Parts: sequence; C-alpha cells; structure tokens
Amino acid sequence: MSAISLQRPFAAARGRSWRQHSALPGFGLTIGFALTYMGLLIVVPLAGLVIYSGGQTPLEFWRAATDERVLVSYWVSFSTSLAAAMINAVFGTIVAWCLVRYDFPGRRLLDAMVDLPFALPTAVSGIALTTLFASSGLLGQWLEPLGIQVAFTRLGIVVALTLISMPFVVRTLQPAIEELDLALEEASASMGADRWTTLRKVVMPMLLPALVTGFTLAFARALGEFGSVIFIAGNIPFQTEIAPLLIVIKLEQFDYLGATAIATTMMVASLALLVVINLLQAWHRRRTGLGQ
Amino acid sequence: MKRGLRCGLLGALCASLLAGCGGSDDGENSISLLNVSYDPTRELYQDLNPRFAEAWYRETGQNLSFRMSHGGSGSQARAVIDGLEADVVTLALSFDVDAIHQRAGLLPADWQQRLPDNSAPYTSTIVFLVRTGNPLNIRDWDDLVRPGVQVITPNPKTSGGARWNYLAAWGYALLNAPDDLDEEGRQAYARDFTARLYANVPILDRAARAATNTFVQRRIGDVFLSWENEAMLAINELGPGQVEIVVPSVSILAEPTVAVVDAIVDRRGTRAVAEAYLNFLYTEEGQELAARHYFRPRNAEVLGRFRDQFPPLNLFTVDEMFGGFGEAQRVHFDDGGEFDRFFERSR
Amino acid sequence: MASVIARGTGLAHQAARAPGVADSPLARRILIGVSVLFLGAMLIAPLLTVFGYALYQGIDRYLAGILEPAAWSAIQLTLLTAAICVPLNTVFGVAAAWAITKFEFRGKSLLISLIDLPFSVSPVIAGLVFVILFGAQGFLGPWLRANDVQIIFAVPGIVLATLFVTFPFVARELIPLMQAQGTGNEEASVSLGAGGFRTFWRVTLPNIKWGLLYGVILCNARAMGEFGAVSVVSGHIRHQTNTMPLHVEILYNEYQFVAAFAVASLLALLALVTLAVKTAIESAVARSARLAAH
Repeated sequence: MSAISLQRPFAAARGRSWRQHSALPGFGLTIGFALTYMGLLIVVPLAGLVIYSGGQTPLEFWRAATDERVLVSYWVSFSTSLAAAMINAVFGTIVAWCLVRYDFPGRRLLDAMVDLPFALPTAVSGIALTTLFASSGLLGQWLEPLGIQVAFTRLGIVVALTLISMPFVVRTLQPAIEELDLALEEASASMGADRWTTLRKVVMPMLLPALVTGFTLAFARALGEFGSVIFIAGNIPFQTEIAPLLIVIKLEQFDYLGATAIATTMMVASLALLVVINLLQAWHRRRTGLGQ
Repeated sequence: MKRGLRCGLLGALCASLLAGCGGSDDGENSISLLNVSYDPTRELYQDLNPRFAEAWYRETGQNLSFRMSHGGSGSQARAVIDGLEADVVTLALSFDVDAIHQRAGLLPADWQQRLPDNSAPYTSTIVFLVRTGNPLNIRDWDDLVRPGVQVITPNPKTSGGARWNYLAAWGYALLNAPDDLDEEGRQAYARDFTARLYANVPILDRAARAATNTFVQRRIGDVFLSWENEAMLAINELGPGQVEIVVPSVSILAEPTVAVVDAIVDRRGTRAVAEAYLNFLYTEEGQELAARHYFRPRNAEVLGRFRDQFPPLNLFTVDEMFGGFGEAQRVHFDDGGEFDRFFERSR
Repeated sequence: MASVIARGTGLAHQAARAPGVADSPLARRILIGVSVLFLGAMLIAPLLTVFGYALYQGIDRYLAGILEPAAWSAIQLTLLTAAICVPLNTVFGVAAAWAITKFEFRGKSLLISLIDLPFSVSPVIAGLVFVILFGAQGFLGPWLRANDVQIIFAVPGIVLATLFVTFPFVARELIPLMQAQGTGNEEASVSLGAGGFRTFWRVTLPNIKWGLLYGVILCNARAMGEFGAVSVVSGHIRHQTNTMPLHVEILYNEYQFVAAFAVASLLALLALVTLAVKTAIESAVARSARLAAH
C-alpha cells in the first residue's frame, strides 16, 4: 500500500478552496519562489513570443504559419518524429525488457549507455552520426550498396531523432517492467498459456501505459530537435527541411514575424502534447497504482 | 568536500572572468574593435588584425585588441540588427549591410559610397571544385546540369555566398541563351537552366563552410560551387591531391563589402580606429594580405604580382546582369521568389 | 520504500528466474542480440567515431586542440554557465517539487505541464524568445541600450538561454520521486515540533538525495552541451561568447577537424563521466535499498 493511495481520497474529500489544508509548512515560500522563477524565466519570454507574433494581423499570421512550405516542414517534422518514436517503441521495449529481465555480459554497460543521448550534446551526436552514415562512413559504406541512403534523406532525420529520443521509452518502461507482478505471469503459465500468449495477453496490457507515455515523450522531444538534425538532413525545401530549421531560415532572412508565427504554432503544439503526456501519466499512475 | 570543490571552482571562474573583462576594455591606452564578419574571412583577418594593431600602435600609442565574430553572412547581419555591438561589419554581400541600415538604422543609406570600389576592398568569383582528375570531365556551367552530376552548393536563402553561386549560374545562362529569344525568353531559358542545376543538388547546407565540409570531408557530390578564395583555401588546408579547381568560361564578380557601423562607433568612441582599419584594407599591405588569402585585390599592381594565382576570366557584375543586389534579392531570393519556385515545381 | 527509490531512479534489476516466467533461450538470445545491435549502432558507434577522429593524428595534435587559447576560453565560459545555471535550477527544482508533491492545490497539472515545456520547445525557440525580449529590436532593447546593459550576445544571454533549456531537469526528477514518498514522514516530523527547513533537511533530503543528484548531473550535462539555443544568442565572438559546443562548430568550419573532434571528445567525455556518476548513484541506491530491506 503506497502513501499515494492513502492520501488521495482523503485529500479529495477536502473543501473547495484553491489549496487544501496541509500540516506541512513551506507552501507559500516554495510555490512563491517556483512560480516567480518560472514566470520570469519561462512564461514571460514565451508570452513575449506570442505577443510579438501578434504584431501582425491574424490573416498575416495565418499565412505565415500555414504557407505551403511551412506546412510541408511541419509534416516532415511530424512524420519523422513519429517514425522515430515508433522505432523506439519497438526497439526500446526490447532493450528495456533485456536490461531488466536478462543477465548477460555487458548488461550494466549497456544500461548505463542508454542515457548517453541525454548527456551528449546534440551537435556532437549530429556530427558523429553524419560521419558514420555518410557513404564513406563506417556504417554508410555497408548500407550504400544495399541501396539504403541514410545521410541527407528523411531516413537520416529519423536516425538522428531516434538517437536523441531513445532514453525516453527505455527509461519509462524499465521501472514498469521491474514492477510487473511475476505471480501474474506464473499464474498465466500455470493455466496453460504459452509464453507468447502470456506476453501478449498479460504483460503487454500492463506495460501499455508506460509505453504510451514513453512514446509520447520521445515524440515531443523529437519534434523540437534541431542541433543533430541539421547536420544529417539534406535541408532541401519540401523534402528534408524540418520546422525548427525553417524558423532559423526565416530569422536569417530578417523575417521576424514569419519566424515567430512558426515558433508560436510549434509551441502551442508542444503545450498540447504536454497536456496529453500528463494526462497519460496520471492514467499510468492510476494503472500502476492499481497493479500494486 | 564536494561543495568546497565546487565553490572553489566557481570562485576561480569568476575571478578569471573578471580579470578577463578588466583587462580588455576602454582603458586610457587601450581600445578594442569588434569585427563581425562571415565565414570565409577567418584566416584573412586572423592574419591582418595583428598587423593593423601594430601599425595603429606605432601611430597612436594605443593598444588595439580585436574581437572577431564569424558565421553565415545573413545571420551575422541579423545579430548586428538585434544588438551585437559591431564596430565594423565585413560581410559577404551589400544586401546584408543594407539590411542593417533598413532594419536598425545603424548606418546611413549611402554607406556603400563612403569607401572606394563600392566598399568592396577585395573581390572573388565563383569557380568549380571537382575530385582530382576531374572524373566527370566538368569544364563549364553546362556540365553542371547534366543528369547524374551531383552539385554541392549551400542554400542561397541562408548563405550570402550561395547567392553569388546562384546568380553566377543564372547570369551564365542569360549570356548563353539562344540569340533569337526576346528578353522574356532569355529569362525563361535562364530559369530553366538554373532550375535544372538545383535539381542536381542533393544537400542545401546552411552556410558556405558547412557545404565545403560536405564536399571535401564527407566526399558527397561531384562538383562544388565555391568562392575562388574558399576553393584555394580548401585545397591548401585539406592537402592537395583530393580536389582540384576548374575555372568556368565566365563567372560573376563577387564583391564582399565592408562598413563602419556609425551608431556603434559613435557610442563607443571608436570611429577613428574603425575607419583607419577599413582604409588599411585598401593599402598595399592590406591588399597583399587579401591576395595571400586568395581574395582578388583591387590594386592592379598587387594583382599583377599574384597573376599566377588568379587566372583571368570573363566576369560580369550583379549591377550589369541583375540591376543591383537589392533587385536580385527581391526577384530571386525573397519568399515566393524564383528560387522558392524551383522547389515547388521540382517536388 | 525500496521500490520507491528504485522507481525514481529507474533501476533495481532482478532477473526473473521463477519457473514459467522465463523466455526460451533462443528468444533471449535474439532479443539480447537485437538490443546490442541497436544500442551499438545508435550509441556506441557515434561515440567511437568522435574519439577515433579526435585521436587519429596522435595525442599531440589532440592536446594541441584542447589547450589552444580559444578552446580554453570556451571551456571556461561553459563551466561558468553551468556553475550559474545548475544551482539556480536545483533550488527551483526542490522548491517546485516540495510545493507540488507535499500539497494539493488547483492547477497543479497545468503547473507540471509548464515545467515540462522547455523540454519540448525547440531550443531554437528558446533562443528566439530572449532575442525578442532583450534584442535591440525587441521589447526591452531600447531601454537596455539607453542604460548600456548588454544581455544578448553576452554572457547573461547565454546564461538565460541555458537556464531555459535546463529548467525542468531537477524538478522533473524530484516530482515523481517525492510524490511516491508521500507526506507521512514529513507530517510526523512536523508534529514532533520540527520546523519546515529542519524537516526538509533531516527527513526529506536524505530520501531524495540520489534522485536530486541524478537530476543535477543531467542538468549539468545539458547546460554544458546546449547548442541550438545558445547559438541564437551568442554572437559567436571568439574568446568571449563561444561555448564549447559552438567552438566545436567553429573548428569544424575552419577545417580543424582534429581540434573540433578533440573538443567534441571533451564533451563526450563529460557525457561518459555523467553516465558513470549516474551508474554509481544507482548502485548506491541499490545498496541502501538492500540495507533497508533487511
């Protein structure tokens, strides 16, 4: 029985004021500091962006944010991020499963390496990936004869995004796999289900909330990525041009309003995604809370 | 113990930073200049700055220190517009300096008339860089539109240098259009030619240097459209035997421009030294340094001394062919312009 | 208790060996093989590339690349930026986590979403917002200029952009951890007469120290490695506003590949140290979890 499940119904029964009473001190100080700091550092600057982009008429904003080339760049960003998140959902699940369930030489090393994309500057991973997958590169020279071109194609973007968003799926799934109740799997096996059926019918449903959360986090992270992608993408308009790059291009053409229109659109999309993620996590917590 | 270490480190850093700041600025006898430039001038100014500082010290007794900032020409101009305190700008094209005038009013509209030769103390042109031995037998612009030839050039919308590449191709096509065409037909011919050339471009890097790396270091593509100075530098820096230069029959006269940023020098009190610095570029010593860093000097005598380095070729100017850079920008590179339409069609 | 800490930092491996729940040896081999190949191609190969290129012309050239003055000033600036950003965001993270996890109030999930926002906002936008606020053409530009305050294209701008992108790391690590721990211990401490700070120091901190440290090192790694946001506000002035990642790009553009990869390898080394510290934290947590279980 965790503390949460005890506290929640108790807390929910309280009155209607903004904040429910608590025996603990420090709410005013900590929330005050947190809100002020966040307000100054995050909210005010982002609000500034929105206000600035409001310096154009709604029609101009609409045109700048939905120009055909911009729309295609949203699509490039969206589709490659989605592909990267899906690759991570498949391979990330396998990796997380291996890291938790199996013991094999090098497991601890691999486990530690999973966080590398968090720690490695994106510019460094961009340069390294491009060098690796260019036709003269270590991996590129094997893929080229097979007719697979990675560098400077959308596939290259997917590779870079897969790298930088990989930890999200693995790290969200690992604790979920650890907390799986083995008794359920044993019960399923003892009732005659083969291993595959058990995995499909018993294990996967329990992992689903974590998987969806990890997938969405990876997707959100991939959408905004810039540093690693510009090295490996061909940056050709309508083909391999991602939305963040278009912001930079607009800036370099001194088109501030155009840049902020795209930026605002992307930011709203990010915010919407985050709300979805948090709803998912709440669902996830409820599910795992029930599982305990 | 860990905290002690961290505090110590922090203290050391602050101290070193303060020391760094204290020493550099605005003492009686020292002065600093920020030169905001574009990518390919790194080596030139690295070499030139100490020489001018020495000359300045001999003349005035003032210690002059330089701060350099390099990047894509357009993004550098944007930084100055947004408040980067550049005493002088030395950018790839007049359009970027014009933007500083139009958008921030930091210098007057007639800035280009204040120095000789359109405020372009050195020039360059666009040549081809090919793999050693020229396996695809690239000789002139026509070879670039052959099917299967991969051309590397950066994105003209972000790279000032790449706009010269584009205009050189367009200008070549105008000059070589069939004689019986009227003006509209010639433009259509040039449009088609340039569109075919860009259809052969697999990667549009953001800046000139990134494109050079794509071609030379990562060995992508068959031909690299390059500024002459960049091509020579690349051969020199990266070792001969990998790539070689092909000079086309005709190309464009690229005029990178320099200007004092009035609003900044007046506030910082650096006008005299900034103007002397830019004038130094026109002296024989300055011209020779430019030539040694593969820019074509304006001074005929210096150019004569470097004749072997700079093969003569037919050069046309933006003014002749496109009616000035502002006009070329409007027609070709603004959003919805000719360049954008290539990709809408080729998609 | 043990599982709570473990969840927060993502570890506690126990290979399942109970009968009926083991996968077939063949499936194991295939899955492990797929994992190793995937991580090998995506993580280890790029890392080897960086070190390979940095060292292929010998250790002398490598050291020369790192010890060059411009590289050294970039290293200093990067350390300074991290030294400012990490403590600030740590204090914020602890305060926000305390308010969010120890109290119930309305708008909490919106607040959590906002904290996450810098994660998914493109770094380019993170740089852009400060240009719009403090740039010469921005809202505060004219006032700043009149008072001779330089924010963009100077150290303060770099610090602000870095603060923005590293903002969520500590808070994000602490919130789930402290949420799982609940408020019971703190309430007991307060009811015994301890003050707020004392309760935090004596009761909460020992429980969250590993999660906190984990957040701090991730925050630090990102602070030192940020490229996109800093690139927009830096101005790229040599010796002055170039951080290490920007310096890598500059060296790369100057055809100094060995030096570029040398500085990049320092950043990669930093990443590896980060991972090592993280792994050490995890084994420490696992140890204390085992102790607690006994």
